[in-house]
Amino acid sequence: MEVELLEIKDFIRQYPPFDELPEDALTEITQSIEISYFRADSSIIDLSDKINELYMIRSGVVEIFRRNGDLYNRLDQGQLFGQMGLLTNNKVRFPAKSVRDSLLYCIPEEIFHEFCERYETFADFVEVEDSTRLKQAIESTSDDANSLTTSKVKTLLSRDVLILPNNSSIQSVAQQMAEENVSAALINDPEVTDEDGSSFVGIITEKDLCAKVIAAGLSVDIPVSEVMSTELISLDHNAYIFEAMLLMLRYNVHHLPILKNKRPIGLIEVSDIIRYESQNSLLFVSSIMQQQSTEDLALLSTQLKDCFVRMVNEDANSHMVGRAMSEIGRSFKQRLLELAELELGEPPIPYCFLALGSMARDEQLIVTDQDNAIILDNSYEEKLHGKYFKKLAKFVCDGLADCGYSYCTGDIMATNREFRKTQTQWEDCFTDWIDDPNPQALLNCSIFFDLTGVYGRVKWAEQLNGFILRRAKKNNRFLACLARNALNRKPPLGFFKDFVMEKDGRHNNSINLKRRGTAPLADLIRIHALAIGSQSQNSFQRLEDIIEAGILPKSKGQDLYHAMELISMVRLRHQALDIESGIEPDNNIEPENMSDFERRNLKDAFLVLSSAQNFLKYRYNANKM
Amino acid sequence: MHNFTNKEILNWRAFLELKQQLSKDKRLKNFYSQGTYHDETPIRDVEFVALDFETTGLDAAKNSIISIGLVHFNLRRIFCKKSKSWYIDPQDNLQEDSIVIHGITHSDLKSAPNLLRILEQLLDELAGKVIVVHYRRIERDFLDSNLRAFIKEGIVFPMIDTMQIEADIQHQKSLGFFNWFKNKKSHSIRLANSRTRYNLPTYQPHDAVTDAIATAELFQAQIKHHFSPETELKKLWL
Repeated sequence: MEVELLEIKDFIRQYPPFDELPEDALTEITQSIEISYFRADSSIIDLSDKINELYMIRSGVVEIFRRNGDLYNRLDQGQLFGQMGLLTNNKVRFPAKSVRDSLLYCIPEEIFHEFCERYETFADFVEVEDSTRLKQAIESTSDDANSLTTSKVKTLLSRDVLILPNNSSIQSVAQQMAEENVSAALINDPEVTDEDGSSFVGIITEKDLCAKVIAAGLSVDIPVSEVMSTELISLDHNAYIFEAMLLMLRYNVHHLPILKNKRPIGLIEVSDIIRYESQNSLLFVSSIMQQQSTEDLALLSTQLKDCFVRMVNEDANSHMVGRAMSEIGRSFKQRLLELAELELGEPPIPYCFLALGSMARDEQLIVTDQDNAIILDNSYEEKLHGKYFKKLAKFVCDGLADCGYSYCTGDIMATNREFRKTQTQWEDCFTDWIDDPNPQALLNCSIFFDLTGVYGRVKWAEQLNGFILRRAKKNNRFLACLARNALNRKPPLGFFKDFVMEKDGRHNNSINLKRRGTAPLADLIRIHALAIGSQSQNSFQRLEDIIEAGILPKSKGQDLYHAMELISMVRLRHQALDIESGIEPDNNIEPENMSDFERRNLKDAFLVLSSAQNFLKYRYNANKM
Repeated sequence: MHNFTNKEILNWRAFLELKQQLSKDKRLKNFYSQGTYHDETPIRDVEFVALDFETTGLDAAKNSIISIGLVHFNLRRIFCKKSKSWYIDPQDNLQEDSIVIHGITHSDLKSAPNLLRILEQLLDELAGKVIVVHYRRIERDFLDSNLRAFIKEGIVFPMIDTMQIEADIQHQKSLGFFNWFKNKKSHSIRLANSRTRYNLPTYQPHDAVTDAIATAELFQAQIKHHFSPETELKKLWL
């Protein structure tokens, strides 16, 4: 007779990955459990021991250590350890110690491996860690409480996809594309009558017709199969829109076949996604441009929060939200400058109004202060023009403050005389900072090195950027100082109960995800970007350049990408939640308000950041300075 | 020979050999023939079975066993795979109040076997092992007297009583002038309360197999805190 061990079964079913197992699997795993008690401060598994079990903590607290003795994780009730050892030759990779009296459930390796085979959710949970899980979290169509990823690609499909046989001539394909007014067609092989419909063998786009046929001088009578692309990147119709975007970015394709039961049901284009993402923000931007006074703009700005929440709830991607919010921020600046010129008259000399920091990187979120500056024409004369630009700056900065962009606490604003310089003065200033990187200069760097022109002679901003890049790229000492500076803000180790756990084991009640997460990430990405002379401003785009340049160890670039996205997503979601519940949003998050999903993946993201900081130190000799 | 508590002194090995010769029931004879450990065996080498009964009352002479739960374990591990439980058809009328306590209803017991039907299976599980209980007056007395009612022969075997261990530890703690002076009361030694002292989790009470597991966990904890794997069996069994 099988004994019903309800007490144990009801415990394990509360925790992942067991929470997704069917009842009979739970019974089976419950029967297999062996229980063991460990007194506080006793060793559970030692490095290089043989390990034959997966451990689940029934009660108590267990600490996991790295090979070098550093604390790796602290676990409590319901959490697992030992899986890495079971997956790597049964050698203990991370020793474990009980820090309080602990009762452990031990699950034999046979059951562990069998469940990995049988249940995908189980395998996904235990087989991956760190960066891999992070990647899954970003890319998976998780049903988790995380509601960021709610819009599916199928909502973008508006018309039937054109599918043509592979023996059609190029010309007939082009004719039908023209008739249907589409920019791409799928090609199938009529000979293959595959049951599961995977008979489609290629895709042809306008770009292919241009590059592979016309430019190559091919005859339009040959079969389309000669020129179609056969490396098919496709996506299931249930995938989320941001996945489509990630896929298109990664493979640099502009058309993505959408499959249902492996049969193509549609084709989405980059423009579909762009149209979708900007519906919200475009509307907002156009109303900004219609406002006739600072007061009207301030009134409109009160709706910005709603716009932000809508975007968060509709889309997933921090990249999209960041871009939209930055676009909106720039629009406020532009409109304020137009209004200022109306009031103060035409500017006496040309100028360029700059946005700095997160707005320049297209990474602005809802909580932000204004960082801005002005580039003046070299013909500037203080006596003649000083008054005008002082007034102009005041008009814009006051207006921005009225619109919810609070004054910069570090006084990095155009109202500060120091930050209204001529082209030559700016170049000298940057030369100074780069050649003599004192602490204040380095501090300025993280703001001023991300700059973009928003109004006036915006070309000057690009020129200044180019100048900075040329100087910084070849200056190893500067990069080393910058790297050392970027190591000042370190991520925490993870979470324990309702606390943020630091590397030295200390606890805090909340974490500033900007200061401890996205900002240090942006800092280190900027350094690599400067080192390779990347022209990009956005962290994600910089990362793509960095990956392209191959200066990071394999897959580390992707890891950083996912870490940035994850931390930003959590930031976004919590700010949106704050707004929805009528609280003033900020960058602080209390672990008690995080989902298990967020905790797990944030921890992984912190780990990626931490090892990337170590790499930075070594790559730019930061500790030798 | 003195054991840990100085209370009961018995050479169990010799005693079980004697019982084997005297016993008339074949099942009991067989059980005793499996013998037990030498009393100087270190407990790390001992195989244990934690045993728990739910009963219709507290009087072994009048009340009956209605469920039995057990689990095999050693100092390292408690084996869920080797756990067993039975409902037993009680020989007295099931009292209303014990229904409330145990959550066992008449319909649970409707098809339940009587003690005799499962006796062989039960003894197979226990034979040769050291039995661990929390409060031996229940398990030892009820099995003995319920069995007498069926086959006119009782049963005795060595047991470790986690409640007795807890009582002795609490007693030792309360000794000494300072504690006497403060008139410090010793703590409750009931299963749930004892477990709390070792930071063991709280379980739903009154399920025989859960209580058996709870007892096994408590024993592991007591050993880790107050004894060692080298402790000899004779210090603990009664």
